[in-house]
Amino acid sequence: MSEPISALNHASYDGIAKVTECGLQGMITLRGDLSDKVLAKAVKVATGQKIPGQREAFVNGDTGVCWMSPDELLVLVPYAEVNTKLAAMTEALGSTHSLAVNVSDARAVFSISGANAREVLGKLAPVELSAEAFQPGQIRRSRLAQVAGAFWMDDAETFRVVCFRSAADYVFKLLKVAAQPGSEVGVY
Amino acid sequence: MLILNCPYCGVDAEETELAAGGEAHLKRFGPGSSDDDFHDYLFMRENPKGVHLERWRHANGCGKWFHAARCTNTLEVFGTYSAQVSEPPQEIKDAITAKRPGWTWREFE
Repeated sequence: MSEPISALNHASYDGIAKVTECGLQGMITLRGDLSDKVLAKAVKVATGQKIPGQREAFVNGDTGVCWMSPDELLVLVPYAEVNTKLAAMTEALGSTHSLAVNVSDARAVFSISGANAREVLGKLAPVELSAEAFQPGQIRRSRLAQVAGAFWMDDAETFRVVCFRSAADYVFKLLKVAAQPGSEVGVY
Repeated sequence: MLILNCPYCGVDAEETELAAGGEAHLKRFGPGSSDDDFHDYLFMRENPKGVHLERWRHANGCGKWFHAARCTNTLEVFGTYSAQVSEPPQEIKDAITAKRPGWTWREFE
């Protein structure tokens, strides 16, 4: 069996913030009625978390659950466990009208860390990223320049950014330009 | 720059995050309807200077369709509402009436 590697294999860049491709991350897209108890149990089985409310993200390292839309969740699990977790979820869901799919290999994940992390992302997404408006525990789906992306915060100075794997190179280049030394704007 | 509040994910999304979906509340005239009705359904669109009801999609976001009521003249937004309705809800109508008394748009007023 060949060894799976992530889109950019842990490439990183140091500028006004540190940009790193995080490597492989297990991701399961779960669609269904989010108020359904069976769905809540399936999420609990896979991540130990409850169902997030609108735009909430309960993430701890590489395990957690994020709100994507009124009928969609993104379940995060360690890459090595994704198949067993997905099987457990599918079993927990039973005949409930829902969909759980492993999308790990369709995505790339970046982290942006440092005091200027907000600045770097603020240049790329049309989102209010001040400390009052965006905090750890929230997720925002938006665009990064020309491609779709979603992000949440691990802590006050670290963002986790998810995009499609096919756009990983583009997003990494964007983040590198946005993090160039001396390019602080000083808004946040 | 147009900023619409997505009723599904609650964010104030700016225009670049959205995709325009044309006129709202179209009534479909399909098989069995008269040629005139079908022609009007296909081709005849409102093009008002003033109050307009539109469909939008939060394309770079939650991906959901929703409706927006706005003024094409001033870009003022009166409100956004669910896609699962066939006419604007009363609070949207009231919001428009407050700003544009006597407005009409197709059969709504």
